[in-house]
Amino acid sequence: MIQKIKKISLTMFAAAGVLVGASNIAVAAGGDVPQPPKNDWAHVGPFGKFDKAALQRGFQVYKEVCASCHSLDLVAMRTLSDLGYNEDEVKAIAKEYDVMDGPNDDGEMFSRPGRPSDYFPAPFANDQEARAANGGALPPDLSLIAKAREHLSLFRPWKSQYGEDYLVALLTGYDDAPEGFELGEGMSYNTYFAGHQIAMAAPLSEDQVEYADGTPATVKQMSKDVATFLYWASEPKMEARKELGFKVLAFLLILSILLYFTNKKIWADVKGK
Amino acid sequence: MHLSSYEPKNPVMKWVEARLPIGSLIYGSLGPGYGAPKNLNYWWNFGSLAGLMLVIQIITGIVLVMHYTPDVTLAFASVEHIMRDVNHGWMIRYLHANGASMFFIVVYIHILRGMYYGSYKAPREMIWMLGLVIYLLMMATGFMGYVLPWGQMSFWGATVITNLFSAFDFIPVIGDDIVTFLWGGFSVDNPTLKKFFSLHYLLPFVIAGVVILHIWALHIPGSNNPTGLDMKTKQDVVPFHPYYTVKDLFGIAVFLLFYCTFVFYMPNILGHPDNYIEANPMVTPAHIVPEWYYLPFYAILRAIPNKLLGVVAMFAAILIVFFLPWLDGSKVRSAAFRPLTKQFFWIFVINALILGVCGSQPAEGFWVPLSQICTAYYFAYFLLIIPIVSRIETPKPLPTSIAEAVLAKKKG
Ligand code: HEC
Ligand code: HEM
Repeated sequence: MIQKIKKISLTMFAAAGVLVGASNIAVAAGGDVPQPPKNDWAHVGPFGKFDKAALQRGFQVYKEVCASCHSLDLVAMRTLSDLGYNEDEVKAIAKEYDVMDGPNDDGEMFSRPGRPSDYFPAPFANDQEARAANGGALPPDLSLIAKAREHLSLFRPWKSQYGEDYLVALLTGYDDAPEGFELGEGMSYNTYFAGHQIAMAAPLSEDQVEYADGTPATVKQMSKDVATFLYWASEPKMEARKELGFKVLAFLLILSILLYFTNKKIWADVKGK
Repeated sequence: MHLSSYEPKNPVMKWVEARLPIGSLIYGSLGPGYGAPKNLNYWWNFGSLAGLMLVIQIITGIVLVMHYTPDVTLAFASVEHIMRDVNHGWMIRYLHANGASMFFIVVYIHILRGMYYGSYKAPREMIWMLGLVIYLLMMATGFMGYVLPWGQMSFWGATVITNLFSAFDFIPVIGDDIVTFLWGGFSVDNPTLKKFFSLHYLLPFVIAGVVILHIWALHIPGSNNPTGLDMKTKQDVVPFHPYYTVKDLFGIAVFLLFYCTFVFYMPNILGHPDNYIEANPMVTPAHIVPEWYYLPFYAILRAIPNKLLGVVAMFAAILIVFFLPWLDGSKVRSAAFRPLTKQFFWIFVINALILGVCGSQPAEGFWVPLSQICTAYYFAYFLLIIPIVSRIETPKPLPTSIAEAVLAKKKG
């Protein structure tokens, strides 16, 4: 058995070695945008959980800054209870929005205060309006942006780029364009954006929001908070997933051990061990 | 090998058995009546694992369909509805998406096991070819399934792959219409999605049918084994139950540990991030890559500068494997006794992995010549190395029987 495990794991190591080696060359060959620096995230790792205070602060940044341009179509306001708000607080947040509803008995559409079952209303009626208001560029929906910008590497985990780290890098990556760089009209230079020219002007500045919990609202702080919030928005079931995963793996581990000994016993007469 | 027959003891089972001999069927194919070589190693666990994966894909797939909407305006949102609102929907979806990868890992190992131990050789040619039919159907099923969530990679992957068929536009009359027919229109759009959805639901059941034929064919000669020798006496075999039922169950538990680590702790690592962006025909992703399990063939496709020849080479790369039983002229099955064949086999495996990496990279720089060298080795392996080496190599001395091989191993 030990021999077999040794053999199988050697084979797997050899295969992984080939893949790691070859993909190392692959990465060295390309890429003009630097790798975003890594941050510490409470929600990363097998036991990671969301930092609720950061989620609430991040939600505040989204609501007060980003929401004027970016929609969050897939997130229902009822799910804000995940951020640690109680039922009344969620109702109060929903009420702050005007939501289109209808038609009523007269066949007319009307606007009413939001309810927890509503989704976040989008800032623009359609993509054309959004482009018209943003110099021709479309601000993407942010519901899945954190997962759409992650680049995970199975064979070289240390090279994995989390979407959250990219978001922080993007939001803090504004800089003066280097000498000779042609910047288009209405564009800004950003170190971490592909091609370095982005149609979103730096959205955050010092003390742009006033945090209820008194945390100083530096650009870095707000970026990290909104990145945490946007990761939650893209993977809201992360905590349930890891919790169930732990139970499943623990069960399977015990089952495997029991079946290992059952199998050994059954084969004892054949193998004479 | 037949060991014993089913004798129902309980009157109900006797009644049933006289009318529908299902007890005999199970007893004789998975039970104590079926004798399997006593020396099978853990590489023989991957057949039952493939069966398990098919069942898991069908069950999770049917649950997904209860909540999924095959329409270009709703498909992406309906998958997110599964992820966010359906009870444990995230788990079902991650089991299915990662399940496809696991299915392919298992099947690749299963196929390579067959190649190493010569399981394709007489009298098992039919088992081998039916297995390859299953693999082809899996490729089609996985490709069409990947289109369903209607993300950017779904859309652009479907566009690139279906466009390959335009290489056949020189065929008179139907040539120009093949791609239009596949699309159900003039681009990948709603009719394509609906068509792929319907076929993605159908094909796994076709696979299940071919799996039954595959196992039926297997039960004629019985399993091959690491020595490649035939089973001759009862000393060579053990009853399938309990020996291999329990060993397979142990394999399943360990494999589920591996599978569930992906599902619960890194559910998106095998996927492409762009598939979390809804399909947009106006925006082409920076580079379009298929799912990892197609990458070696994708590399072969792009290694050849001519489109038609590239497509032909890609299909040929899979079809050639059907002929392996006749390309290999050796009298001995197992590579354990064919030292040269063994070395070329491992080079083949490494070569295939490198082809996979080539397929994941943009077709430029030194990746192009590397893909070409690897493609050349791939075909040379089947068309030159195997046919020649198998005919000139002197095999190592074989044990006289499976029982003797087991005894020799026990002694050390
Ligand atoms: C004034 C409008 C506006 C505001 C406010 C704004 N954005 Fe943007 N954002 C845009 C536009 C326009 C783009 C598209 C940029 C492009 O494609 O060049 C964009 C793009 C993005 C992207 C995509 C970058 C990529 O990799 O493609 C992210 C992420 C983003 N914004 C996050 C945010 C966050 C977080 C906030 C709040 C802190 C915010 N934005 C506030 C207009 C805005
Ligand atoms: C051979 C077995 C199967 C394979 C290899 C397979 C493969 C796949 C793949 C790769 C995807 C895309 C996953 C993603 O990225 O989201 C997918 C999606 C899907 N499959 Fe399957 N599948 C199989 C069987 C089935 C069956 C039997 C059904 C239904 C009865 C089904 C229903 C679906 C549905 C509804 C989706 C879209 C939802 C989603 O994307 O998660 N599948 N399949």
